[in-house]
Amino acid sequence: MILPQRVSLSIGPVLFNWPAQRWSDFYARLADEAPVDSIYVGEVVCSKRLPYYLDAIAGAVDRLQRAGKTVVLSTLALVTLPRERRDCADMVRTDGCEIEVNDISALAYLTGGQNFRVGPYINVYNESTLRYLADFGATSVCLPPELPLASVAAIAAEARNLHLDCEIWAFGRIPLAISGRCYHARVDGLTKDSCQFGCSRDHDGLGVQTLDGKDILALNGVQTMSHSYCNLIDDVDRVADTGITTLRLSPHTCDMVAIAQTFRDRLDGKIGAEEATACVSEICGDVPFSNGYLFGRSGVEMIRKSP
Amino acid sequence: MEKSIAYAHGHETKVFVAINTFPRAGREQIWHSAVDDSVTLGADALILADLGLLAYATDRHPLVRRHLSVQAAAANADTINFYAREFGVRRVVLPRVLTIDEIAAINREIDCETEAFVFGSLCVMAEGRCSLSSYVTGASPNLNGVCSPGSQVAYRECDGKLVSELGGFAIHKVDRSEPAPYPTICKGYFSAGDFHGHVFEEPAGLDGSALIPQLAMAGVTALKIEGRQRSRAYVGAAVRNLRRAIDNYAAGLPVGESALLHLSEGQSTTQGAYQKAWR
Repeated sequence: MILPQRVSLSIGPVLFNWPAQRWSDFYARLADEAPVDSIYVGEVVCSKRLPYYLDAIAGAVDRLQRAGKTVVLSTLALVTLPRERRDCADMVRTDGCEIEVNDISALAYLTGGQNFRVGPYINVYNESTLRYLADFGATSVCLPPELPLASVAAIAAEARNLHLDCEIWAFGRIPLAISGRCYHARVDGLTKDSCQFGCSRDHDGLGVQTLDGKDILALNGVQTMSHSYCNLIDDVDRVADTGITTLRLSPHTCDMVAIAQTFRDRLDGKIGAEEATACVSEICGDVPFSNGYLFGRSGVEMIRKSP
Repeated sequence: MEKSIAYAHGHETKVFVAINTFPRAGREQIWHSAVDDSVTLGADALILADLGLLAYATDRHPLVRRHLSVQAAAANADTINFYAREFGVRRVVLPRVLTIDEIAAINREIDCETEAFVFGSLCVMAEGRCSLSSYVTGASPNLNGVCSPGSQVAYRECDGKLVSELGGFAIHKVDRSEPAPYPTICKGYFSAGDFHGHVFEEPAGLDGSALIPQLAMAGVTALKIEGRQRSRAYVGAAVRNLRRAIDNYAAGLPVGESALLHLSEGQSTTQGAYQKAWR
């Protein structure tokens, strides 16, 4: 079955503290092989990580653009320090790339009429907020991952009226919270200001277990994520029906080209839901999946479609 | 509400109405009515977080004072100035992730007032940007105005200990003789690698009463006491104690020892992010 409209794919920014070489190799491979339209690049989680791969960014952007990808620079999600404010302002005013705004302060730096994209860390819970941002120059929005399908549909409909792209978090650990405090530093007995970059040990985040050994969350520096990977591969048809225009795949160490290819094949009707689901499971190995938010349930739940 | 506002006004007390959840798509009329009704009934200010709702209130009720809720997590001067410019916001409730030095620096760069939390829960995550509760329970501050709802809390005994659960996840275990803290995810006991303990924060409440002089020096206009989902006795005791501390400070006296420990979560308190080492 061919689904009613062409839904595109994007790759979100790398959220984890990867070594510069891994980071560069990842984007080089995406440039050469990934069947995706937009690729987000930039440090969203912790400004202390940026110096380690800052020099690699221009090369990655250039390579992706030469491969025909739309490259978007993502801003930091929690901007507090004077240095972070300056960096964010400079970035927003950089020519040549679209900007994804992940903190309201970035809006303050935009010059009149400048276009931008709205990232998943901005609270777009309703049509009025979307209209406000569209008036301000937004051209697309990636919805907050906790939204239920009814909200997704209502906002996607308004996005269509406003000629905005509307994106949804479709794969990868869900960003649940951001803090002034660094939890990788805390479990190492350190503080954020004196951290030894413990987050660089965990390329997919550090799993958190409850007292009875159940997986629950994952630490990623100042960011707290779900332990489960959000996975909407089995829900692409109902998501496409809402008018969502793009599915966002969030980078992990698993084969992201294969993940993107599976979503692409499923969206194009080349493979069925069952095969696609099995494919994603095989690529990811032993990780739990979730899609509960879409159904208005706990985010941790995995709701299987009734046959 | 009309009677309550009249009563408060009769006692020289202002009433600020918090409408700080994020309106649900397709049902925004409910939030718009809440704004309109609050204005009609005489609210002195609206405390708002959602961009769309701020735009609505600014457009429909330009003369009514608008405060920015902590749920908007305005954590730097540029963001605050943006809200002031766009929506005429007159006061900003600061997120609990800032140090006192940072608050002072913010106040030097903005024209509107700031309000700082001085007593209540300690949100360790940027407020309004936290989905930990909905991940486990399906209900969140942003969607439902609640965090870790009581309907999802369960207590069970296990090997002589009392286990507190939220949404089916075991968050705490204490001896029967100890007080069991309310199970919120960010105050839970977990394992992460070799670490076993309170990964995010101890189950302690925020008590910044000893910092009243520093907060005043930092330019804070008002102190906020968390009252939501709290009993009248709690609110009464907290307000009386903090009023006395403020009056002492204003009279040039020491603010005095905090007498609020018994009201705090887990009967222990912290000064949270106000101390830089907290991070």
